[in-house]
Amino acid sequence: MAMHEAVLLRRRGAEQRNLKAYVASGGLAALAKARAIGPEETVRILTDSGLVGRGGAAFPAGRKWESVRTAKDPIRYVVLNTDESEPGTFKDRVMIESDPFMVLEGLLIACYAVSATGAYIYVRGEYGRVADLLQQSLRELQQAGHLEGIEPQGRPLRVEIRRGGGAYICGEETALFRSIEGYRGEPMAKPPFPTVAGLFRKPTVVNNVETIANVPDIIAFGAKALRSRGTERSPGTKLFSVSGHVARPDTYEVPFGTPLSELLQMAGGEADLQAVLMGGAAGTFVFPKDFDLALSYEGVAERHTTLGSGAVIAFNRQTNLWQVAERLGRFFAHESCGQCVPCRVGTRRQHEMLATLAAGRGQGDERGLLLRLSQVMTDASICGLGQTAATAVRSLMDAESAGLLAH
Amino acid sequence: MAEEFTILIDGRPAPARPGETILTVLRRQEVETPTLCTHQHLTPAKTCRACVVELKGSRPLVASCERKVEPGMEVRTDSERVQNARRGVFELLLSQNDVSTAPGLVSQAEALGADPDRYRGQRYDRGFFDDNKLYVRDFDKCILCYRCVEACGPDVQNTFALTVAGRGFTAGISAGFDETLVESACVFCGNCVEVCPTGALMDRREHSMREQGRWDESRQDIVQTTCGYCGVGCQLDMHVDRERNEIVKVTSPDQHPITLGFLCVKGRYGYSFVEAEDEPAGAAKQV
Repeated sequence: MAMHEAVLLRRRGAEQRNLKAYVASGGLAALAKARAIGPEETVRILTDSGLVGRGGAAFPAGRKWESVRTAKDPIRYVVLNTDESEPGTFKDRVMIESDPFMVLEGLLIACYAVSATGAYIYVRGEYGRVADLLQQSLRELQQAGHLEGIEPQGRPLRVEIRRGGGAYICGEETALFRSIEGYRGEPMAKPPFPTVAGLFRKPTVVNNVETIANVPDIIAFGAKALRSRGTERSPGTKLFSVSGHVARPDTYEVPFGTPLSELLQMAGGEADLQAVLMGGAAGTFVFPKDFDLALSYEGVAERHTTLGSGAVIAFNRQTNLWQVAERLGRFFAHESCGQCVPCRVGTRRQHEMLATLAAGRGQGDERGLLLRLSQVMTDASICGLGQTAATAVRSLMDAESAGLLAH
Repeated sequence: MAEEFTILIDGRPAPARPGETILTVLRRQEVETPTLCTHQHLTPAKTCRACVVELKGSRPLVASCERKVEPGMEVRTDSERVQNARRGVFELLLSQNDVSTAPGLVSQAEALGADPDRYRGQRYDRGFFDDNKLYVRDFDKCILCYRCVEACGPDVQNTFALTVAGRGFTAGISAGFDETLVESACVFCGNCVEVCPTGALMDRREHSMREQGRWDESRQDIVQTTCGYCGVGCQLDMHVDRERNEIVKVTSPDQHPITLGFLCVKGRYGYSFVEAEDEPAGAAKQV
């Protein structure tokens, strides 16, 4: 088994986690370089690197930054989405706890590159320690004067930390904006996209923690630094949260293109795994015949699955996957904001049918109805929650037809 | 005036103007489109998803009530995917709601061939609230279209008494912390009742007459007048029960230039004086 060099997580377990130690190990060089080369060049390097968003949608980060950088409105925001709530996903927490300054440096570079007038960090409600750590690290950066000279009008940059209230939906970017604005966290229609009308209807860059953590190295060492790892179409490394029936559940950093089987081996996956759930609750079940798939955007697309949030949840053959599906169904029904009919009623009906199936009390027509319902939810829901609430269930039904389930 | 352009609807070109929604164009072309939450005087809530259409270049279907037209758009309303989604929306609503006072919902569901028994499961059971003299709330009929919230809020009344509380299947309309309407910020303008598409909100008079089997719109005449309470000049339509010669409801035409169908508490509910007996001068002192 190959050992992979930690890049994003290279300071994990470091004895000292203060600004001084960060600077001593090369930190803040990227911010200094960005200031020297200017916003346009900074965004160009990011675009050239091919970095795509790590929150699940894989949108090119450079394109997002460029549209906000060139926006007409002088008021712009950068939002760091730290509302990590996808079941089985904990890599952003590990990223920040390992290296809060690298994340914040990335955020400051983003603010500088798009001439942001303010920044927000939206932290999952349950992540108290993460919020404290970010606050403490921000204070150190501020006291050392690093928040100066970023805001276009010459004021010190204001970075506000906001805590979520425990709603999965607030990780959806437009619901997240509503939450910061003080409203109920309900997704809005897109378009307009956040880069045009985001937070407070102003042009906004919203990035995932892992995306932002990639920025300092790209700026400091150039676009090819990212491209030196991973694959042609998925450059860089990826954090995976591996949990479930593995001996060493943890966050693992591997280059894109690493086979899933190798990741499972690193985590000490049981020899007789029945399946893994890739990408979290909104992802799909993957079975041993596909464990050789390459963990890259093109690799998962080839096998009709997703990297999603980077969650990999392993299940052994003792697990009844219909019971897992029931749990996922309950999750979506609980987390639906209730705004639109397909999701509000659909997730409820889906959960009811899954509960019947998991209890072995199916009346025969549940599978057909689930399939029919999944199409309605996928097609007609407002946001990604309803649109993906049936993805895992559908993959489970496919697997059942193919005779892959142990129960 | 910006340039008119053309979009394609089911393969046929249709004229469209900047700023219009797809739904506006569909209606002008007389393309039958089911709607529940959208209302001509309210911001599109895009929550019911009954009006979804297929838009070339968009993975999910889009709500035609909300999406603005753009040159070159290609819209499909006749695909199986669109029909299936629309039918699904109505089937889901029929699996949860009491639709006994929502004929518009039922007829649209029938037109789509929706099966009311498609989905089994828990129905709404959220109670009936009769906590004030002017209107009642029956939340088993609420489809959460957000019209009342918008009418109570920035679209009409700016009172902000109504909001959505809770999440998922348990989300519902609340007057803040489950207060009664009398305790809440409600000013009883009744504009929420006016826009409610399912009868979940209903004038108390109409509700009690329905309970008694006395509500029959074919036996009502509309008598037009101008509200005399202030100088604004709102037109009132007095719905008069022909046989009993009594006013049973007051509305305003939705195209009236002053009201757009919206009224205040006095215009909508302050009509009982019309039927009060005149008392002779000094009569109270005699006897």
